[in-house]
Amino acid sequence: MNVPHIVGASAPRKEGRGKVTGAARYVDDMVLPGMLHGATVRSSVARGKIKKISFGPGVDWKEFVVVTAKDIPGKNCIALILDDQPCLAAETVNHAEEPIVLLAHVDRHKLRKAVEAVSIDYEPLPSVHSMEDSERKSTIIWGNDNILKHYLVEKGDVDAVWKEAAHIVEGEYLTGAQEQLYIENNGVIAAFQPESGVTVWGSLQCPYYVHKALMALCGLPENKVRVVQMETGGAFGGKEEYPSMIAGHAALLAIKSGKPVKIIYDRVEDMVATTKRHPSRTRHRTAVSKEGEILGGEIEFTIDGGAYATLSSVVLSRGTIHAGGPYYWPSVRIRTKAVATNTPPHGAFRGFGAPQSLFAMERHMDRIAQVVGISPIEVRRRNFLKTGQTTTTEQTIQENIDLDGLLDRALELSNYDAKKKRFAEENRNGKLKKGIGIAAFLHGAGFTGSGERYLNSLVGLEAGADGVVRVLVSSAEFGQGTNTVLCQIAAEALGLPYENVAIAQPDTAVVPNSGPTVASRTAMIVGKLVQSAATGIKETLAKSGLLGEDYTPDQFRFACREHIAAHGALKSYSRYESPGNVYWDDEKYRGEAYAAFAWAIYVAEVTVDLTTYSVTVNDFVALQEVGKVLNPVLAEGQITGGVAQGIGFALFEKVVWQDGRMLNNQMTNYIMPTSVDLPPIRVFFEEHGNVHGAHGAKGIGELPMDGPAPAIVNAVEDATGVRFDSIPLLPEDLLEALNDKSGERDLLSPVRGMA
Amino acid sequence: MNSPLEKSAKREVSFIVNGEERNLFPHPMERLLDVLRNDLGLTGAKEGCGEGECGSCSVLLDGMLVNSCLVPVAQANGASIITIEGISTHDLMSPLQQAFLECGGAQCGICTPGMILAAVHLLEKKPEPALSDIREGLAGNLCRCTGYMQIFEAVARAAQPRMAK
Repeated sequence: MNVPHIVGASAPRKEGRGKVTGAARYVDDMVLPGMLHGATVRSSVARGKIKKISFGPGVDWKEFVVVTAKDIPGKNCIALILDDQPCLAAETVNHAEEPIVLLAHVDRHKLRKAVEAVSIDYEPLPSVHSMEDSERKSTIIWGNDNILKHYLVEKGDVDAVWKEAAHIVEGEYLTGAQEQLYIENNGVIAAFQPESGVTVWGSLQCPYYVHKALMALCGLPENKVRVVQMETGGAFGGKEEYPSMIAGHAALLAIKSGKPVKIIYDRVEDMVATTKRHPSRTRHRTAVSKEGEILGGEIEFTIDGGAYATLSSVVLSRGTIHAGGPYYWPSVRIRTKAVATNTPPHGAFRGFGAPQSLFAMERHMDRIAQVVGISPIEVRRRNFLKTGQTTTTEQTIQENIDLDGLLDRALELSNYDAKKKRFAEENRNGKLKKGIGIAAFLHGAGFTGSGERYLNSLVGLEAGADGVVRVLVSSAEFGQGTNTVLCQIAAEALGLPYENVAIAQPDTAVVPNSGPTVASRTAMIVGKLVQSAATGIKETLAKSGLLGEDYTPDQFRFACREHIAAHGALKSYSRYESPGNVYWDDEKYRGEAYAAFAWAIYVAEVTVDLTTYSVTVNDFVALQEVGKVLNPVLAEGQITGGVAQGIGFALFEKVVWQDGRMLNNQMTNYIMPTSVDLPPIRVFFEEHGNVHGAHGAKGIGELPMDGPAPAIVNAVEDATGVRFDSIPLLPEDLLEALNDKSGERDLLSPVRGMA
Repeated sequence: MNSPLEKSAKREVSFIVNGEERNLFPHPMERLLDVLRNDLGLTGAKEGCGEGECGSCSVLLDGMLVNSCLVPVAQANGASIITIEGISTHDLMSPLQQAFLECGGAQCGICTPGMILAAVHLLEKKPEPALSDIREGLAGNLCRCTGYMQIFEAVARAAQPRMAK
């Protein structure tokens, strides 16, 4: 049969019609009979012992459902990795805005007053509000040493390289917290019935994370917890771990009241209480030859994990492995740690540690270029990883990569050389200074090291008597195109039109655990499993003699109908199998960190206005090698969206902290890019393929978050001749830096804080 | 939530929504957004920020693009309101909706209803918009997914058939 290839075509988004007509159902659009509304009473101090909880006058408390830690039927924790975060603080609080009491009422207008009428007395305890404070250990707030996790990567003999070095180049680089700012705030509805248990509908990324957390919290067996993902209005990592918390809260209220309970955060609560990108500090000390080749170096990477361990160990891991960038290090020592502070826990956000350590690496490459006296282009060319060389974790690059070629194309697309020359000329006069900067980087797809083996993902396909095949996965759609791409892969494998494949709503009562929707793993890993499950359906029908090698959709439908009539439901499952010979040592952090890397070169052109101190990005070229592009329109949308968030990370989005609490928790004073703030974002792909992914695809979701910030700050340095090593870089920061007469910002001055 | 609600007496409010006359008896200070979503079941308008920054609650009120989270329902008395549900007719998507679908203008979809109404408003004022007009016209509607490029493309594509005439 002759079905045109659907993989590689821009199939329209499966759930797109609902989204453009307003018919798509998000959790706040859902109402259950007799439903109550829930609200959360949170701590007003950063750290302290809870002495007394009082329910003040002016509220008829009999009307309210009230839940505290005492009402928790199971274990008071959000089960994730270390299970150290309570669902409701019982005796002590460890950060501002920590949940303590839950309230529910049928009239949501009455909740705000009731929340305000709950007063909590604390015995204050000393608190820690910076990484440096945490490292000093004068106040211990977590474990024995405030260290949530640390890693050490060692390759070669780095101690031997310093004496050979023509230059030793040092730098310290900082990145700030960043809010995911999905436009749909966190929200869930929970219902409870003694016979069937707890059901939760929510805005979330990982149905089985919530499932696991609810089992522990409610003390219920697997079959008495059901989690359903509703249409989800953006996530970006921000709905990876926190939905377990809010789902737990709604479930506790539902269990106590016997009624369905809806909790929808408003923007100020979502911003002040939920996770953000980990702030980071990276220190580089690099031994470089006269020609600008890296001989070896030391990298220290530290992230602020907040008050509980949550996902910090995994974020740190990705940041650690990406810290060396797309370069060859003959020797390196990478020491990294996540430290505790009395701040709401930082969490998953697109890129997951890599944007932080890659910002440092790519700023540091420009600094090496300055010290050696070569161009930013040349220093990268002299150090690019090549096929057959090993990464910092000693993973041999097997794929045929050509970073030089990628760089050549990016320079041409951005007209780099001509612009560089022109800007140098034009910048001599006037208040508008133009600059151009590049960033080269990589992003590993899928879980790190042994992660995919532990996940052991399972994917199902079910063919109906109508000949329509449903994809059964827990992988969630939240804008990236999961539904569409997985249906394309199934349609292609089955030789059916795209319209004959549908995707099941992620519901743990219906779909198997295909793993969390994170880590740029869905198209590559889950997609491959969909492909093999599809083969299973075909084989089953062929074995029973109902289907030949060549068939029409009608013949397929007929075969399904016959098979189902004779044998019942027609399903095929496929479980993850580790590609053989993958070596990874979790202790030494050595081996094959990722099944595949995507590679990219981004070029940013900026104008710095010395009157207003604003930075405008005028042009942005994003060139990447991502294996097979499964759906060009969706893939391009992933890149433009990621670049926009990266521009926000670099130039707009500053979280202002006071005693571990976000002060600017509104869209009015936490600023993300609008439609007038962004340059043309020009997206280009190279497709070299990848043996591990469906049709040769690699992950792309997180990649575009890594490159914009360093490319832009490199461009700002090019425009001004002043060094900037910290983001976000707002006009007030530029004003201060450009008027700094200390000389510390000069391009060749030594770096503060380094030995 | 807002205390004015409890103090003010309910009163009759009438308006036309998507061509249909509706008579309600709300608190006059109730937000138009809540009345549309909770009383009329028109859940296409979304709340993103509740303070007029994100535009995901955008509707057309007598042809003006407004943030329905900032409009007390009493202010809509006698008005004609268009929500996203009024843009497609009988299950047939408008050319603008079709263009959003084809160009990748909708990702997570939460800003999409407001974005499409902002685009409708723009194309009514400027049927042949330049890129700068599109950027300006959508500046009150935040999208965190797309980086806007494919939204610009969708609006330009929807405008093209008119421009070809």
